Amino acid sequence: MENRFAQRRQRLLELKVRREGQVPPPARLSGKQVFEQCPGCGQPVPKVQWVKSQYVCPHCGHHRPLGGYLRLSLLLDPGTFQELDGGLTAANPLDFPGYDQKLSAARRTTGQAEAVVAAKGKLCGIPLVMAVMDSRFFMGSMGIAVGEKIARAADTARRGKLPLVIFCASGGARMQEGILSLMQMAKTAQAIQRFQEAGGLYIAVLTHPTTGGVTASFASLGDITLAEPGALIGFAGPRVIEQTIGEKLPQGFQRAEYLLDHGFLDGVIPRDQLKETLCRILRLHGKGGGRRG
Amino acid sequence: MAEHTPARRVALAREPGRPGTAEFLEALFTDFFEQRGDRLCADDPAILGGVALFHGRPVTVIGHRKGRTLDQNLACHFGMPTPEGYRKAQRLMKAAEKFRRPIITFVDTAGAYPGLEAEARGQGEAIARCLALMSSLTVPIITLVIGEGGSGGALALAMGNQVIMLENAVYSVLSPEGFASILWKDSSRAQEACDVMKLTAADLLELGVADQVIPEPEEGAHTDPQAVFRAVDAALTAALSKTDGIRAPAAHRYRKYRGMGARWLRTPGKEKV
Repeated sequence: MENRFAQRRQRLLELKVRREGQVPPPARLSGKQVFEQCPGCGQPVPKVQWVKSQYVCPHCGHHRPLGGYLRLSLLLDPGTFQELDGGLTAANPLDFPGYDQKLSAARRTTGQAEAVVAAKGKLCGIPLVMAVMDSRFFMGSMGIAVGEKIARAADTARRGKLPLVIFCASGGARMQEGILSLMQMAKTAQAIQRFQEAGGLYIAVLTHPTTGGVTASFASLGDITLAEPGALIGFAGPRVIEQTIGEKLPQGFQRAEYLLDHGFLDGVIPRDQLKETLCRILRLHGKGGGRRG
Repeated sequence: MAEHTPARRVALAREPGRPGTAEFLEALFTDFFEQRGDRLCADDPAILGGVALFHGRPVTVIGHRKGRTLDQNLACHFGMPTPEGYRKAQRLMKAAEKFRRPIITFVDTAGAYPGLEAEARGQGEAIARCLALMSSLTVPIITLVIGEGGSGGALALAMGNQVIMLENAVYSVLSPEGFASILWKDSSRAQEACDVMKLTAADLLELGVADQVIPEPEEGAHTDPQAVFRAVDAALTAALSKTDGIRAPAAHRYRKYRGMGARWLRTPGKEKV
């Protein structure tokens, strides 16, 4: 365990050195407030306020994306985080031109090895497996490594008789891994199915954006399915649909609230109520997610 | 096998005269009884399915239908199913499980239909449920990719114990046009996409997605459909006897799809830095 922390600390330090070698250090809070514009309403919001509100705009309620590690640190009980398959990656299966370089760049800027972080931990004292996808890493696209990490998370939950929570955020299949990305839909769907057949509780939380192959596999298979307000959720992207039907899409189409109206969600939960909601669902299902044995 | 560029094979796979699910059904099976409707709200003609006899043995057949006339094409959205189509497929698969019939699927679609109503009724959910269902069925599934295999709309019928492709069929994560549009924001670069996507039958055999490739006449299946029907008949007979020998088809499929891409996985210890 200690070794794991030491490794992680070392990696963070390395990243810090690399970061500061390239860009000037950020303006310190020397009396002056640092502001960041809300992508939703355009209003400037102090950076400290963003952090305090878990990156939800205090003016319009816009939910900004959260990184995998940050999301886990906000939800899991302190000191319970145990990462699963942290360094798992995949090579370039189609020898796709430029893919290796793009992957390295994504790893440098996010400090993550892939578009999903999976961990064992506790939520309000209940042990569980949680995986969080990160839309800033390659649009959260699912390739071989992401599919494998999701499948392994389901396997870990099944063997440990633990509930499984997955935060989805994805532009869909990873184009650069071609047909093998498509096959990850089969891989993840069957792992979730096997977990559920064994009596496990799977809660899917759909965050902005959840589209394509992720929507058409594990994101849509939850025993309970929740979403964050305003999240774009769909199979085909809005641009493709507009091209197909040749007209503008209605306001709010494919947003979380629209899916709730159409019967595909159990609830749209604002970020500040998410932890409490998850805890309530977990408690309702008992410790192992409803299993008697 | 013929020497064609990937782009040429894409064109052959889309050839309007190419035999589709309906033609294979008529040529290879007898006593076909079509099952229609999803029992929820509608019947999607883009999925054609039912019970038929294959050399006297009852099987469930499910496939994409593009339609022959323009009216049929439009009704079928040119072979792009709506959620109702996938839910009909699920109903047929459950019936196959109940009556212990092997399932034979024919894949021929550019993808699931990207429409407003299709999204409103849960296109993603419908495909996801197909995948989950196919992974739990205890009867064997044999998949034949006969034309275009595009995206999740194809995979929803394609989780076979055996996946067999015709030589000029293609199977990919997205249509070459969609691929070029997503990666390069330019759908006119589809030709170029064909070259890098590895979407031909030979590529998929190499990548471990397809198990077998059936050769076609030099200029494509439409030039001599009878020869293709004979070859597919033989391949299907062999595949059925092979899958009959699998004691637990669900476990066999689980291992097969769990292993997809596994040889490219890298763990930190072995990673090159």
